[in-house]
Amino acid sequence: MSSVLYDTPGPRAKRRNVVLSVVFFVLLVLLLWWIYRTMDDKNQLTSALWKPFTESEAWTTYLLPGLANTLKAAALAMVIGLPLGAVFGIARLSDHRWVRAVSGTVVEFFRAIPVLLLMLFANEFYSRSTNVGSADRPLYAVVTGLVLYNAAVLAEVVRAGILSLPKGQTEAAYAIGLRKGQTMSSILLPQAVTAMLPAIVSQLVVIVKDTALGGVMIGFTELLNARGTLAANYANVIPSFIVVAAMYIVLNFILTSFASWLERYLRRSKRSTGAVLGAEDMEELNPAAVGGTFGTGAGGGFGSGTGV
Amino acid sequence: MPSPYVTHPEAREIVFDFLEGYDVLGAFWMTVKLTALSAVGSLIWGTLLAAMRVSPVPLMRGFGTAYVNIVRNIPLTVIILFSSLGLADIFGVTLGTDDFKAQGFRLAVLGFVAYTAAFVCEALRSGINTVPVGQAEAARAIGLGFSQTLRLIVLPQAFRSVIGPLANVLIALTKNTTVAAAIGVAEAAALMKTMIENEAQTLLIGAVFAFGFVVLTLPTGLILGWLSKRLAVKR
Repeated sequence: MSSVLYDTPGPRAKRRNVVLSVVFFVLLVLLLWWIYRTMDDKNQLTSALWKPFTESEAWTTYLLPGLANTLKAAALAMVIGLPLGAVFGIARLSDHRWVRAVSGTVVEFFRAIPVLLLMLFANEFYSRSTNVGSADRPLYAVVTGLVLYNAAVLAEVVRAGILSLPKGQTEAAYAIGLRKGQTMSSILLPQAVTAMLPAIVSQLVVIVKDTALGGVMIGFTELLNARGTLAANYANVIPSFIVVAAMYIVLNFILTSFASWLERYLRRSKRSTGAVLGAEDMEELNPAAVGGTFGTGAGGGFGSGTGV
Repeated sequence: MPSPYVTHPEAREIVFDFLEGYDVLGAFWMTVKLTALSAVGSLIWGTLLAAMRVSPVPLMRGFGTAYVNIVRNIPLTVIILFSSLGLADIFGVTLGTDDFKAQGFRLAVLGFVAYTAAFVCEALRSGINTVPVGQAEAARAIGLGFSQTLRLIVLPQAFRSVIGPLANVLIALTKNTTVAAAIGVAEAAALMKTMIENEAQTLLIGAVFAFGFVVLTLPTGLILGWLSKRLAVKR
């Protein structure tokens, strides 16, 4: 195996690699052993702390309702944010300079501001200026913050999706006499949406991760917030953190895998123009996005054979 | 911290009096300190991780890949909260200080470094991947050794293409430091939460803090974006 950094190893390099493997393995084992000892010293491995997770009460009372709220907020944010983002993304491609300028400013402004500020602001705004009940307010605030930020990011995705289409599509549409609006709605947008699907699913991972902010800062009872209640009840801080982190990892792993499957499927499919906006493109648009490194060819996960 | 002006409604006539009694600049200075220290730390740890991910040793590659994929899929809030409630409270990690405030700050930096390093690693790795294999093959063909190939051919090209992605990571980190408010670090978002709850001018307070972050992130993006375009290897 060779890469840009090194050639296929010869006998000497092979020996050195074996030595390095052994040394690294020993270090890794020492690290794991040290973690195990520290956990054991602080009595974090006693079965009493972990037992709640084998019973249904912990799941039905705390974790699953929390997970449901996380998914609800994420889904709402995506469903509301996507059309909004599409409007701004198309506006940024307008032929009129002032439309481009206004939508560009709005998009760049909301991309520059932390989601947390938007959530905090929305929370206060709803409590002062509207009659949204205090029970619903955290959900409203979280979704509002997520929508404002992600609509801005999705606007960039839509723009990149439309720009990724071959120029001939627009030219052909004009040639058969379609107007600008018709070209956008019946030629460009349907193809762009298909090309964008993987990037949109990748953005869902970011949204899911950001819902956790609402749990800590404005009391939205999502998964991380439910962990606090659970840990207060069973007095198992460390195990609850590990279980909740594992739940986030599994959830996001499913989303990332789906995104990269979608990307591969669309790239293979013969019906499209071949324009696909994948996870790698997503990282440029939103660096907080989780790229599809799980088993995607481009990402080079475990043994994917990309060399590096 | 309630404002001294709460009892004097007439004082609100003056537009910016809500800033009085709050150390807005101090809060943003805390944000800058968090960002700078975490950036340095994650650059070091991220480089080490990237070195593992591109190394010829499968075990190191596996570790690097596993670290990146696990850490990137956990919400930052979980990591930051764990550093305080888990590392500090349960495991007694004090990071060399008894002062509660300093400890919160250091724990937050630790969390940011652990999280951001995964993204730094990916940026560096993709930078190395942009260098065509032919470049290294040509270098070997003219008789350059491993270190010469790395030093003269691969790294100079990789560094140039890495500036853009790293700038994006830095901007994301600047915004992410607001999560430190979750463990009581007195940075911008924490102050905004206090102010917005105690003062009447919701919109103005929001605008001031939004403006602060635009000021922090926009020049970074513009300067580094310009630099990355200027230095980009034309292929």
